[in-house]
Amino acid sequence: MREVAIVGVGMTRWGELWEKSLRDIYVETALLAMEDAGVDRIDSMIVGCMSSGLFVGQEHLGSVLADSLGAAPVPASRVESACASGGLAVRTGFMEVASGMSDIVLVSGVEKMTDVDGGDATYALGTAADQEYECYHGITFPGLYAMMARAYMHQYGLTREELAAVAVKNHENGSKNPLAQFPMKVTIEQVIGSVMVADPLRILDCSPITDGAAAMILCPLDQAKKISKNSPVKIIGSGHATDSIAYHSREDLTYLEAVAKAAERAYKMAGGGPETIDAVEVHDCFTIAEILAIEALGLVERGKGRTAASSGLTAIGGKIPVNPSGGLKSKGHPVGATGVAQVIELTKQLRGECGDRQVKNARRALAQNMGGSGGSSIVHILEVG
Amino acid sequence: MFSSRYWREIPQRYRMEAAKCSGCGHVSFPPRLICPKCKGRKFEKVRLPDQGKILTYTVIHVPATPFKDEVPFAIAVVELDGGVRITSQVVDCDPSTLTIGQRVRTEFRKLQEIGDAGILCYGYKCVPA
Repeated sequence: MREVAIVGVGMTRWGELWEKSLRDIYVETALLAMEDAGVDRIDSMIVGCMSSGLFVGQEHLGSVLADSLGAAPVPASRVESACASGGLAVRTGFMEVASGMSDIVLVSGVEKMTDVDGGDATYALGTAADQEYECYHGITFPGLYAMMARAYMHQYGLTREELAAVAVKNHENGSKNPLAQFPMKVTIEQVIGSVMVADPLRILDCSPITDGAAAMILCPLDQAKKISKNSPVKIIGSGHATDSIAYHSREDLTYLEAVAKAAERAYKMAGGGPETIDAVEVHDCFTIAEILAIEALGLVERGKGRTAASSGLTAIGGKIPVNPSGGLKSKGHPVGATGVAQVIELTKQLRGECGDRQVKNARRALAQNMGGSGGSSIVHILEVG
Repeated sequence: MFSSRYWREIPQRYRMEAAKCSGCGHVSFPPRLICPKCKGRKFEKVRLPDQGKILTYTVIHVPATPFKDEVPFAIAVVELDGGVRITSQVVDCDPSTLTIGQRVRTEFRKLQEIGDAGILCYGYKCVPA
């Protein structure tokens, strides 16, 4: 297997981009990534997208986007693992370069979610759960994570304030990210007083509905210097795992087994465990998800994720900085793009380009992307090249 | 939801039919073609018990479109006696009184209406036992 480097990244500000189409936001970020890397050709394209069919009525994205980018006839594949589609795109691009199949691969994620109304978006997101035995009964995604939150509160004594502290921290970080959809700071009182979505989760516990894309250029590490002027960031670990699609079938309702398994595989490939990680991006689609993710990643002991945000442990200046980008909560969550954007944030952190939200002396970093309620997860570990 | 998609789930939704593995005894609901525990492929049809307890729950305030007229409503992970778990609404009670560990039983109820013609879809819901 060849070593793989990230040599270019591209992202635009996320939000409700009513004036732009899925193709527009994809092409803008793809061009930024190519310009950042300094490449004028690509050998292959991988795009992560959860549900362009339900959100904009368009499938066959490989062809649509290669055409829009003027890149046809390069091979172009769309990959899907619900909200982990972006992470899967990174992994697929990594495998393509590592295997020697292609040298310069454009890896992207994209989702255009605001062309439908809120009810239809809730339905589309629900397709990441078990349609026949969960959604048929009226469960929603916030509802699934709300049940995790309640089970965790019951088992470990998590308080409403401790849960809100995750949102407060991530909005604080996001206020330093010029590309964040919701860069405003929030207080514990605002989170706890916000509108109820699925008890005990309120609107400020939830990541938003977002239009956005993210793109990066991967190449073999030994060609990185020749291909790009940028200092390369290496992908040294990639792990992927699945679990039951229905949340109710998980043996432990307060643990994300797919995250633990994906992390175990990524740590093994990278040759170092959680103690070697300097900065982390996790899939905080809901506040409770960040707590469960850092426990499953082994960054804190089980039951200790509860106080990680409120104690400052996971702040940018803390011992284990988590979601310096602002996370899905503040940065936004265009589902298929999220996993790519996480890896972009860490690439910029490792390059030392993050300004006010820079994690000092970051050498190795980890991104965790989640599909559905934990039916799949993908973990990547990056290191300064 | 096309009629065949609804029709083929009727044994599970109306009668709570599950598949008990002839090899290891693990009960799969809905039925499967291969046992996730022992990889066995022979099953015996069994009916799930109608009593169980709440493991966790939520109260939905922002629903998917088909449930827009029903909020707020409670929905729970229920472990039926014997160990099979289901996701089910919990009705005929004040959602604010629910607790983890509370005993419930399943009943045959209307779940939703689909399409412009409002075709009725049925299945199980839980009520306090």
